[in-house]
Formats: sequence, C-alpha cells, structure tokens
Amino acid sequence: MGKSEAESILSGDRRALARLLTQVENGSHEGRRTLDELFPHTGKAHLIGVTGAPGTGKSTLVNQVALQYRSPAAANPKRVAIVAVDPSSPFTGGAVLGDRVRMRDLAGDPGVFIRSMASRGSLGGLAQTTAAVVQVFDAAGYDVILIETVGAGQTEVDIARLAHTTLVVESPGLGDEIQAIKAGILEIADILVINKADLPGAEKTEHALRGMLGLAHPVEKVFHHHGQAMILPESKPADTSQWVPPILRTISTDGTGVEELMTAIEQHAQHLRQSGEWGRRERARLEAELEALLTETLVRKFRTSVPDVRYDEMVDRLVQRTLSPWEAVKALLNGGA
Amino acid sequence: MSERKTSPEQGRRIRVLVAKPGLDGHDRGAKVVARALRDAGMEVIYTGLRQTPEMIAEAALQEDVDVVGLSILSGAHMALIPRILELLKANGQEHVKIFVGGIIPDEDAPRLKEMGVTGVYGPGAPTGTIVDEIRLALEPAA
Repeated sequence: MGKSEAESILSGDRRALARLLTQVENGSHEGRRTLDELFPHTGKAHLIGVTGAPGTGKSTLVNQVALQYRSPAAANPKRVAIVAVDPSSPFTGGAVLGDRVRMRDLAGDPGVFIRSMASRGSLGGLAQTTAAVVQVFDAAGYDVILIETVGAGQTEVDIARLAHTTLVVESPGLGDEIQAIKAGILEIADILVINKADLPGAEKTEHALRGMLGLAHPVEKVFHHHGQAMILPESKPADTSQWVPPILRTISTDGTGVEELMTAIEQHAQHLRQSGEWGRRERARLEAELEALLTETLVRKFRTSVPDVRYDEMVDRLVQRTLSPWEAVKALLNGGA
Repeated sequence: MSERKTSPEQGRRIRVLVAKPGLDGHDRGAKVVARALRDAGMEVIYTGLRQTPEMIAEAALQEDVDVVGLSILSGAHMALIPRILELLKANGQEHVKIFVGGIIPDEDAPRLKEMGVTGVYGPGAPTGTIVDEIRLALEPAA
C-alpha cells in the first residue's frame, strides 16, 4: 500500500488513472497534488485535436485513427488515449456523452483508454480541465492522445492551443464559399478532412476549401489572446518553410482514406519537430495555461474578499444604470463608491 | 439564486454508464432513462447496443462511474448481470451501484438484489423514482 497515487499511475494502474481523471475534472486538491507530482513526466505525447461541426463524423474518425495506431501491422503500435468532450446542459449541468458509441471497435484493447468529458459550461469546445486530463494521460505513458471537441461551430478554437496537430473535419453539404473564408475554425486546421466523402457534394466542398487555403496561406500562426497577439519567444527558425494544410477525403465508416490521413499526421509531426514549431507550440500552450490558471485563481481570490451583499449591490446599480460596468469594476477593486 | 457566487460551478457530478448488454436491439428505454438522468444534472455515458459484460466493465473503469444502468429486454439478465458484477469486482469497482431496467420477472428481482443490484425497474417505472433512488444510493459516499 506504500505506493502514492502518482506512482501507481506511472506503473500503469488503470483504476488509479481513472480515479485521478475524476479528481482532476472536479478540481480537487488531491488531484492537483498528484498532478504536480506527475508533471515532470509530461511532454512526451503527440496531442492530436479533432474538431468540426456536429455530425461530421469526428468520433468515427477518431475510432479509425486509433485503430490504425493499434494495428498489429504497425511497426510499433502506440498506446492511445482518447479524450472525448460533449456538451453539458446549460440549465441542469447534466450531459449525455455518446462518443463511445462510435468507438466500440477499440473495446478490449488494453493499449487504448477512452475517457468522456462533459464541457461543464466551458465555451471553447473543450472543458476547462481538458488540458489537465491530457497531462495525466501524457504522464501515464500514452504516446498519442486524441482529443475530440464538442461539435464545434466557428469560434471553438481552444483545441488549436492545446494540440500539436489539429484536424478539422468537414463533410459535404455544410457550407459554401463564404463559410470557408470566414475566420475561425478552418484557420486552425493543420489537416483538413472531408469526411463522408462518398456523399454528393464532396467535390464542391473540396473546391471551396482549396480556394480558402489558396487565399489564406501562408499565414504565420500567432494566437491572439483577448485581441492581443501572444508574442511567441525565440526568433524564427532557420527553416521557415510553411506548412500548408493538406485536404484529405475519408469515409470513416469503412476506413477509406484513413491511411493517407495517418501519413499526413506523421508528416505534420515531423514538420513541427524539424521547424522548431513543436517547441514553440509547447511553450505557447504552457504559457496560455499559466495565464488561465492565474486569472482563475486571482478572480476567485478576489471574489472571496468581496461580500456577496456588496457584489449584489453593484449588480443592482448596473441594472438601475447608475453605474457603468467599468465603474463597477473600478469601485470593487478600489473598495470605493 | 442564493448560492454563493464565489464558489465556481465545479465539484463532483454523478457519473452514470448506461449500457445495453446482450443481443436485443431495443434501446428506446435506455435513451429515455439517459435523458432523464441528464435532466437531473447527471453526466451519462451512453454506450449503445449489444455490449458484452467485458465492454461494460471496461467502460465503467475508464469512465470512473458511480452507477451502471443496464437495460435488458432479452431475458438474459440472470446470465449477464452476475458476470458484470464479477468483472466490476475484479477491477476494484465493487462500490459502483448497479440499476437494472427492462423486462425482469417479479421473482428474479429479489435474486438480483441479493447478488448486489441496487434497483430493478420494469416497464412504466417513473424516471423520477430512478433519479431519486440513484441519489439516495450514493448519498453516504457523496
């Protein structure tokens, strides 16, 4: 019994792993402590994000990609973790998490671990604790972590901050050329996948996406955080060759095109490593995480110092229009008005 | 709205695996229950039709659920449920509460409960009862 939770997880105890994921999701103190202990063991896994509109076949595609990584034909089968996020009800906080339905081919394989997560009110396509859950899998020795976002629309782009490689899954008939040039989800794609390519309209979708890419690339990826560019440290690498997202067609119900997709994922990983982008993304991600945690902690700390009565009074005054939101913030921070 | 606004909407949510073991292909009941549990604020992991006991135990482990809800209309419950209980136990998950719904003959219900099943529900059971009994079963732990 002398083993700590972290040691159990490092030695491959799946029950301990599942338990820690729950603790981390719930933001418990024990969970955080174990995570602290595990953190030095992270940073090894390839994080692959899968996003796209609801019903484009993300889960089925994740199932196929995981099967390829696990294939006995693969030179060295990789251990695969899947984090599948589905939305929570904004009213009751409940959720139906149904991504496992499409992943039954993976059952019984001890080299695969699937965890469903509810978004719990977070709006960026992931849950607030998804990054921490991914860290746990990384420390537990999973080589590849597939992160499936909630069915995402146009602004759920958090995944690009978290993943090394982001797949944006489209399917025929969902949008026209105007959708394709809007900012947002298409821009974050490292690989564009047209799934359900056997449906009519695949040609048109591909054409629209190619047009969009032709206009948009090459563009350097600098994330804008609250409207401000996040300045990524380190000067530009010697190799400035830009990655142009390939557009691939798949039919994930029968596996068509999945091998080509695997090749593209591998090529993207290689590109990231060779160009130094891997390290830069890693740094940007950790910085974003630090900032998010700092913000959350500061806000919580501050809020506990303000009595609810005073807070409610400020809201009342906003409603009465006797105070503007900015004035209210100033008043709360300075303890005046 | 009298809750303290300072505490973020976090903390433990009841996690339930809803599964259909065996070969019958009718999952309407399971879906109705899944929806009702969602509306009661629980996180429901829905796994779909034709699950083997092994698949159910594995999903229960990975998802670290508090409750497994099984829907069985095929009559195979006396074969499937002991196996599921055995596998959960082997995985160190004997604390997980099992609820069974479907077509379960009256004389089987007490036998299932003896094996360790917490609740057994037939057709027409109000979903509110299931919600209440799940909450009650988890109370000492939560």
